[in-house]
Amino acid sequence: MKCGIVVFPGSNCDHDCYHILKHILNQETHWLWHKDEANLESFDLVVLPGGFSYGDYLRPGAIASFSPIMNSVITFAKAGGKVLGICNGFQILLESGLLPGTLIQNQSRKFICKNVTVRIENIDTPFTRNCGENQVLEIPIAHHEGSYYIDPFSLNQLEDNGQILFRYCDTKGKVSAESNPNGSVGSVAGVTNEQRNVMGMMPHPERCADPQLTGTDGQIIFQSLIQNS
Amino acid sequence: MDKPKKNRPGPEITPQIVKEHGLTVEEFRRIVDLIGRNPNMTELGIFSVMWSEHCSYKSSRPYLRKLPVESPRVLQGPGENAGVIDIGDGLAVAFKIESHNHPSFIEPRQGAATGVGGIMRDVFTMGARPIALMNSLRFGELDEPRTRFLLNGVVDGISSYGNCTGVPTVGGEIYFDACYNGNNLVNAFCLGLVKSDRIFLAGAGGVGNQILYVGSKTGRDGIHGASLLASSEFDENTEDKRPTVQVGDPFTEKLLIEACLELFKCDWVVGVQDMGAAGLTSSSFEMAHRAETGVFMDLSKVPVREEGMIPYEILLSESQERMLFVIKPGHEKEALVILDKWGLDAAIIGEVVEEPNVRIQFEGKEVVNLPIIPVVDGALDLKRPAKRPEYLDEVVHISLTEFPDFSRGDAALKKLLACPNIASKEWVYEQYDHMVRLDTMVLPGSDAAVLRVKDTDKAIAISVDCNSRYCYLDPYEGAAIAVAEACRNVVCSGAVPIGLTNCLNFGNPEKPEIMWQFQQAVEGMGDACRFFDIPVVSGNVSLYNETKGEAIYPTPTVAVVGLIEDQTKVMTQGFKKSGDQIALIGFTMEELGGTEYLKTMFDRSAGKPPVLDRKHEKQVQDFCRELIQRGLISSAHDCSEGGLAVAVAESCFSPGCQTLGATLTLESTLRNDTLLFGETQSRIVISFPEERINEIEDLAMAFPVDFSLIGKVGGSHFTIMVNGNEIVKQEIDVLKEIWKTSLGNYAGQTT
Repeated sequence: MKCGIVVFPGSNCDHDCYHILKHILNQETHWLWHKDEANLESFDLVVLPGGFSYGDYLRPGAIASFSPIMNSVITFAKAGGKVLGICNGFQILLESGLLPGTLIQNQSRKFICKNVTVRIENIDTPFTRNCGENQVLEIPIAHHEGSYYIDPFSLNQLEDNGQILFRYCDTKGKVSAESNPNGSVGSVAGVTNEQRNVMGMMPHPERCADPQLTGTDGQIIFQSLIQNS
Repeated sequence: MDKPKKNRPGPEITPQIVKEHGLTVEEFRRIVDLIGRNPNMTELGIFSVMWSEHCSYKSSRPYLRKLPVESPRVLQGPGENAGVIDIGDGLAVAFKIESHNHPSFIEPRQGAATGVGGIMRDVFTMGARPIALMNSLRFGELDEPRTRFLLNGVVDGISSYGNCTGVPTVGGEIYFDACYNGNNLVNAFCLGLVKSDRIFLAGAGGVGNQILYVGSKTGRDGIHGASLLASSEFDENTEDKRPTVQVGDPFTEKLLIEACLELFKCDWVVGVQDMGAAGLTSSSFEMAHRAETGVFMDLSKVPVREEGMIPYEILLSESQERMLFVIKPGHEKEALVILDKWGLDAAIIGEVVEEPNVRIQFEGKEVVNLPIIPVVDGALDLKRPAKRPEYLDEVVHISLTEFPDFSRGDAALKKLLACPNIASKEWVYEQYDHMVRLDTMVLPGSDAAVLRVKDTDKAIAISVDCNSRYCYLDPYEGAAIAVAEACRNVVCSGAVPIGLTNCLNFGNPEKPEIMWQFQQAVEGMGDACRFFDIPVVSGNVSLYNETKGEAIYPTPTVAVVGLIEDQTKVMTQGFKKSGDQIALIGFTMEELGGTEYLKTMFDRSAGKPPVLDRKHEKQVQDFCRELIQRGLISSAHDCSEGGLAVAVAESCFSPGCQTLGATLTLESTLRNDTLLFGETQSRIVISFPEERINEIEDLAMAFPVDFSLIGKVGGSHFTIMVNGNEIVKQEIDVLKEIWKTSLGNYAGQTT
């Protein structure tokens, strides 16, 4: 699989994504610089990594969504290319209109970094194909603006279309207010677009994909993409 | 270069102006003697910051010279931006701890944030990529109205700054005590990784080399931060000093890290220094001083944030995220291309000259012409008088008969687990990104943070430590214990301690009692470091931590860095398996002085702190590490605040491990309170599978080291039997809940 990782000024999970894709999963991986417009046709996957692009000025992801590389990413996505946005990358995908909804401050109004569990809501997507029905993954979150919001009507639509991919849950897979770390509507942790080629998620799968560190649940997302590319 | 015109006439320097600059009449006379004339206002400002306690170490320097600074691994000792220690494989670690106490008390969020920014710059100016942040925080007692505000502000400041730069904050320590009511402490630590042949130093060598200004524009913030804020006590008017606190921009810092690391790959970079305390002044003078050169600068070329800034302001500004590079001529364009790529301001503002002076011009006129040595080295070491404080006669003598012993320890255990000095710091570290960069092998909440070194088999363990109550009761022993305990912590994770950095937080050095505390603590630290063979490679002194005459407890914080050769042999503190044996390395003595137990149950900070037998300590540490390296044990946890009972409880519910109960079966002639909650040093709680008992006992005999089986992991309760009587039995989930939620509950309350 040929992967591209976009580097914005302030991206800080870019090296982590690179490490997992290139060194752990042995995929061909390239850097994409925010100032460049690029032809991405030959890529199988473009990753928008986590971090604080443009210092989170204005709103997280707001300025990054206007950077030159995003024109290329939008063209790539519209042509069916697979795009994975993690954390700040998810925020950028929302700001650029590739995914529906928005992310607001955590309910606690504090940054939260910890392991959480999420339940797979739809396994019929390129990002979750290797997962089991309702499988529970343990994945870390690390964000300040990670509370997903969308109006109730659109939320229903997302549910009906199978666009919700992950919900925060407890270790047994039960979704409740207690297992929702940031106040996301419907405990939503990740969504895809109607075509199911663009996915954004707040949890960091790249942080639990190296066997030397604790947990490897995140690998399943990358493996789904690799084995179906 | 324009020809400088004559000095513009400034205001006359009156004794009042000298005093406002924090200089004494004697010091002013010395300045006039050294430079052979009266300084102008700008020059007076330069002397004011460079001769301040914060920059000159004039009170502390004579004592600091007594610390051991050498070992075969040391590549750079004190005197540079950070110390550097070789870890093999062509790699080295650069690290330092530094205070940002005064700014954080006045403006907690920005004060703490800029503390983090400053220490990171100290590390990456050495050419190192920052890979870990830690901190040591001290706040007043919980009932003090400002404590909650300060705690929230400081943690928020560290979180917002560290998280944005993409450097994980992997651990630290927090204590609360009334002695910090008027003066909280924020000590920030950073560690970076550097190739051992690519270490950069802060020298302005090579006549004709160009001086390159990089980073944020210079504003009017932070003027006299070093001289007036950090080098004097707090009083009623402290709020007025708020403008001396700088404002941080972590986004620029992140860009600065990436841009600098890219510049460091170029062989035309000669030297670099962060513009930290005393800004452009200290960076230019100190870089020229180290290289025995001189510097010419044109302030008109400095990128400024606002119009109308005068040389005095430009030179003394402590605007954040700025660096001064020295590069070889002919490479200016290449440098500017790299900096432009990262969107940073940059300008060539001067050059290295032969004459050992700093000459500065502004708008075509010469505004400063000072010889370097008097400015950097001219402040006289002060031989401040030291005298043993009288309070010691009162506080160290206690009789255990004053404190009734108990037959049930349940209530005391619960109270201790809820005490914020012992309770889980989860509320704090969940606000820090402690995982970014994918190096964190041991998450916060264990004895030491452990980070792997990618592309090698190695890992680094770090622990920050100081029990200031011990230091208050006996600064010599307290400081020695801080060293011993920080070493014990990294040993519990499987590491060999290889270096130390210190942050010496004390009261007003003009008081003989404070100087005595300082002198004792530095001696205790030095003796312990010599005994354990650990070099002190960097550090920082923060004096004048007093408000309205009330000094903090002496707080000589240390951060010890340890090396683990084999990443697969990293140990953690949590029990792993039901049925495992629990054992104690070391033994317990009848000691209660200075304990958290006495403070929490009887509100007393009194008695003699625990005795440290260094030889015994070393045996305990070596034995523990041997067990880890042989792969014999499943957990290792240092016994510290709260004693044996708290240490075992913490092993039952350590983060990252499942919650397990435990039963201790103790035989003892000691009082129950000292047995459970005494803080005897040199003790480590370990656990291991039952079938290894014989092998471990034989090893302990051969070593030899004190070793005893004390219980078993398992069940849903934490039970303690002493001489056949049950004195504690509590559901482990109940204890965990108390311990886990106490600090967050306090911090989150609104008043």
